[in-house]
Amino acid sequence: MDWGFILSQTLTQAIAPIAIVYCLAAIGLNVHFGYTGLLNFGQAAFLAMGAYGLAVSVTRFNLPWWLGIIVGLVLTVILALLLGIPTLRLRADYLAIVTIAAAEIVRLFARSVTFRETLGGSDGINGFSTSFFSSLNPFNRQQPYTFGPIHFANGDVLFMFLIGWALIAIASLVVWLAMRSPWGRVIKGIREDEDAVRSLGKNVYSYKMQALVFGGVLGCLGGFVFALANASVQPDNYASDLTYFAWLIMILGGAARVGGPILGAMIFWGLLTLVVETLKNATASAIIPESILRTDQVGQIQFMLVGLGLMLLMIFRPQGILGDKKELALDARR
Amino acid sequence: MPDADTAVARRAIATAALASVEQVPGAAKPDPILIADGVRRQFGGLVAVDVAHVEIQRGAITALIGPNGAGKTTFFNLLTGFDAPDDGQWTFNGKELAGVAPHKVARLGMVRTFQLTKALFRLTVIENMKLGATGQKGETFWRALLPGTWKKQEAEITARSEVLLARFKLDSKRDDFAGSLSGGQRKLLEMARALMVGPEMVMLDEPMAGVNPALTQSLLGHIKDLREQGMTVLFVEHDMDMVRDISDWVIVMGQGRIIAEGPPGDVMRNQAVIDAYLGTHHDQSLIETEESFIDGEPPAPATEEGERS
Repeated sequence: MDWGFILSQTLTQAIAPIAIVYCLAAIGLNVHFGYTGLLNFGQAAFLAMGAYGLAVSVTRFNLPWWLGIIVGLVLTVILALLLGIPTLRLRADYLAIVTIAAAEIVRLFARSVTFRETLGGSDGINGFSTSFFSSLNPFNRQQPYTFGPIHFANGDVLFMFLIGWALIAIASLVVWLAMRSPWGRVIKGIREDEDAVRSLGKNVYSYKMQALVFGGVLGCLGGFVFALANASVQPDNYASDLTYFAWLIMILGGAARVGGPILGAMIFWGLLTLVVETLKNATASAIIPESILRTDQVGQIQFMLVGLGLMLLMIFRPQGILGDKKELALDARR
Repeated sequence: MPDADTAVARRAIATAALASVEQVPGAAKPDPILIADGVRRQFGGLVAVDVAHVEIQRGAITALIGPNGAGKTTFFNLLTGFDAPDDGQWTFNGKELAGVAPHKVARLGMVRTFQLTKALFRLTVIENMKLGATGQKGETFWRALLPGTWKKQEAEITARSEVLLARFKLDSKRDDFAGSLSGGQRKLLEMARALMVGPEMVMLDEPMAGVNPALTQSLLGHIKDLREQGMTVLFVEHDMDMVRDISDWVIVMGQGRIIAEGPPGDVMRNQAVIDAYLGTHHDQSLIETEESFIDGEPPAPATEEGERS
């Protein structure tokens, strides 16, 4: 067993660009669900807006990368408005139904044969990230970087890592500022009981819309990181499992806590890597005999084990890692 | 706090103003703050509310009573914009309110509470209070991110909240979650929070429901206080002792209509009211009632002066 390698992989993955993507998605969901009580099951669509907005603008319309970012943000706002206008006046569960369907529509639309010319079909789009990295990245784009146990395959990954964590820091700061303000008070009030907030003279519909757009934009930032870190966009990366993992990460860390999604994302990806690498190592070095588990079966069993771990967590700590059990108990009394 | 003299004075003024009002459903008041006409709400085949005309006197405490299912809460929901009527107009302070969104109704100065208390559980008591303040600068998203733009106003709102909390004896609970309060304390909190909006008229939907007797007296006192401060109160209640104790005028609803009006002492002797509560033919034997059915006369509730059509 090579524990040094396993731990180094675990640490690297816990803070790698993929963890950043899910973290940003979860920060957005935290605004939606944790603070406002909106059931958004289509967060993947907001990430797809960011990723495709950037990729399509750069490759098909030859726009500079920063304009692609703006296009992605605008598309995200439009999607949020489209989802919100018909559903936010209705009961909360309608938004859940609409978002889950909308996210699938976005994905199927992106991978459709009809729009292959523009959206790349099921192959997706690549070749849009070069201008971004070559104009901004101060690191050597070919050389690997290693800091103690943390390993970056090349300068682009290191650069994305830094940009991604800067985005997480900014997003968390903005969420923290917003939620401790009177605006956040209205938002949290809506989560508790929107009729009560209405009776106090607040335009609940408008606030819910603002929260939907706000959380969507935060998710869209994750989409940019996803697209740039992979140097490609693949429609099937924006399937519903992205949304479910983001939910999981938010609840794991603790909903309605600024640090919840950050801790949740690091633990989720760290844990996933730890399980995979440990099993791979154990099967390769025959500590686990082949009759029980073969190396090629590790991929299938990893989610079973992580799922078991999460079940235990939910049973013994349903409020998440940073959550307050007293608060959860209050909710149950309703 | 108003002293005892003005308290007596306010009640006397309200009573005097209402003394000359005719005791019939839909009676005109000398200084109405709220006037409703032809307000009708139907749920499928059931007419829940069908109010031909009603006026609420400014500065008085008016009770809205009636048996279960009379349409009191539905009427409340309609007046405050939480439900849309099939037909009808009503004005508040001369302003047309039909079709106005509930949050705008609240901003115009007509603030309601709910039958099932809506304390915001996972906000603290003080946050609940501060949410009630209107015109907050920090409630705009971009300004919210710049605490400098709202800190001063926030301090003022906090101070105002604390004064109200002290008056409602909730100051010791200031930093507790609202969900941890008792049922009665939640009612107090909801009323105090409604006052943060700065209403002219307060609509209380069953303020006494589920409140333990020890708190009842203090709640009653607070409702009387509202009148002393010049507010108009309209409340729905089942507890007749309470209605008799604090209201200046009573409006009785039955099967969606206003069936009687009058000062609390008189209205409870009204035949239409007794009929509505106890059934039209409660003093007849069942045989007689049955006979009238056979004769083809539906047992219509007895009315005074044939007011009902």
